[in-house]
Amino acid sequence: MDVLYLLVPLSVVLVFAIVAVLAWSVRNGQFEDVEREGERILRDEAPPTLGRLDSDQE
Amino acid sequence: MSTLAQATYNDTVVRQFAVMTVVWGIVGMLVGVVIAAQLAFPALNFDVPWLSYGRLRPLHTNAVIFAFGGCALFATSYYAVQRTCQTRLFGGPLAAFTFWGWQLVIVLAAITLPLGYTSGKEYAELEWPIDILITLVWVAYAVVFFGTIATRKVRHIYVANWFYGAFIITVALLHVVNSAALPTSLMTSYSAYAGVQDAMVQWWYGHNAVGFFLTAGFLGMMYYYVPKQIGRPVYSYRLSIVHFWALIFTYMWAGPHHLHYTALPDWVQSLGMVFSLILLAPSWGGMINGIMTLSGAWHKLRDDPILRFLIVSLSFYGMSTFEGPMMSIKTVNALSHYTDWTIGHVHSGALGWVGLVSMGSLYYLVPRLFGRPQMYSIRAIEVHFWVATIGIVLYAVAMWISGVTQGLMWRAVEADGTLTYTFVESVKASYPYYYVRLLGGVLYLAGMLIMAWNVAKTIAGAKPVAVPVLPAAAHA
Repeated sequence: MDVLYLLVPLSVVLVFAIVAVLAWSVRNGQFEDVEREGERILRDEAPPTLGRLDSDQE
Repeated sequence: MSTLAQATYNDTVVRQFAVMTVVWGIVGMLVGVVIAAQLAFPALNFDVPWLSYGRLRPLHTNAVIFAFGGCALFATSYYAVQRTCQTRLFGGPLAAFTFWGWQLVIVLAAITLPLGYTSGKEYAELEWPIDILITLVWVAYAVVFFGTIATRKVRHIYVANWFYGAFIITVALLHVVNSAALPTSLMTSYSAYAGVQDAMVQWWYGHNAVGFFLTAGFLGMMYYYVPKQIGRPVYSYRLSIVHFWALIFTYMWAGPHHLHYTALPDWVQSLGMVFSLILLAPSWGGMINGIMTLSGAWHKLRDDPILRFLIVSLSFYGMSTFEGPMMSIKTVNALSHYTDWTIGHVHSGALGWVGLVSMGSLYYLVPRLFGRPQMYSIRAIEVHFWVATIGIVLYAVAMWISGVTQGLMWRAVEADGTLTYTFVESVKASYPYYYVRLLGGVLYLAGMLIMAWNVAKTIAGAKPVAVPVLPAAAHA
């Protein structure tokens, strides 16, 4: 199973890469006050023609 | 496209991809219906090589996954990344290049596959010149997407972008490793791997394509369009973060479950099974997070057919991510493998999850992209939803029954150890279910045609206006 010598190290490299990105995002403050970020996307469109975003706003 | 007084979002490319999603959806599903009909009525092969099942089947899978699904991912990711980053798409004409390049890939696939040009790799049949074009388009996609994130005006990177980003990077890696081949002429090549090595790479690619193209990408869609359509933030943003990291940390080794009881070393098979079982946790975490976004607003499900598309797609996601790990268990796989059960499993995920979430997101997008208050006909969305859902149920149930029947017949032995049934007897037993499956497929295609009519009516005569980028200060 020679190909495992390619695929397994590749996975290990990937895991290290993922850990590095995770570490960056923690240090960058990506996970601070996260619930507010969930609400932000609801206010990301403001053009007048698209004012009726919520179909239930009676 | 102007950058004069005020920057605007690049919605032209989103509109193009959105419309082509509908077009390729019809083409891909029509080919699916044709090959379903060929299985029920073999005479429909017409003894014409380029209409034969063996050549049309890869055309169907490529068209629905990469043309329909791919265009849906391009459209929704380009739209969402601009809004969540509050900036115009990065890279100017590169976005247009990804559109025209991707369409060229699809057209080339539609020509070469029926002509019989194939590398023989499932879900990666296209020959090497097209593979190179795919790579170029994909690199451009990555530059546009990550460039937009790098130039964002908002500090936080919204969770949908993490999913889209993981999908783009991983698909690039999978494509390059799996498509490595030695070309011998313009349209022939030989895989860089041989025998069981090739099978391992194939299913490392194949299942991770399911995991990152058909799951992570569409989860990005879910995390943006479900909250938008409901008008509420995702149920738990914390859970969405855990969902993302858990999914990408654990996904990569589910592939060997496609090779149970083969020449693949036993321990690699078991590894694939264990990782497949682990995946149940992040998958269901995400599914529950999406559905619970409706918590306290369940009544919206009653009057909003778009929301029904999105929520039912999540139910199918939950169902197929339970069924998948179960089928990866070796004892279950001994019954299910190589039977129609697998086809049923794939289609409850593809039609139910990928299809419905794309259609729901498109119904959200199209009116906004073309400056309309809503879709031309809400009733048509309603009809589409029911036609599609009934189609999926017929399809999946027919394949479950057919698959279990096949599995039981193949393993049945007499007291003296001889097989109870010949193979052709199991084929004969499957016939009734092939008619039901065909009916399910026809219904699903009919739903797509209703959608196409509705989209055409909605955008007819529309004069889309460029939407100005929302100033970041508005939300600081």
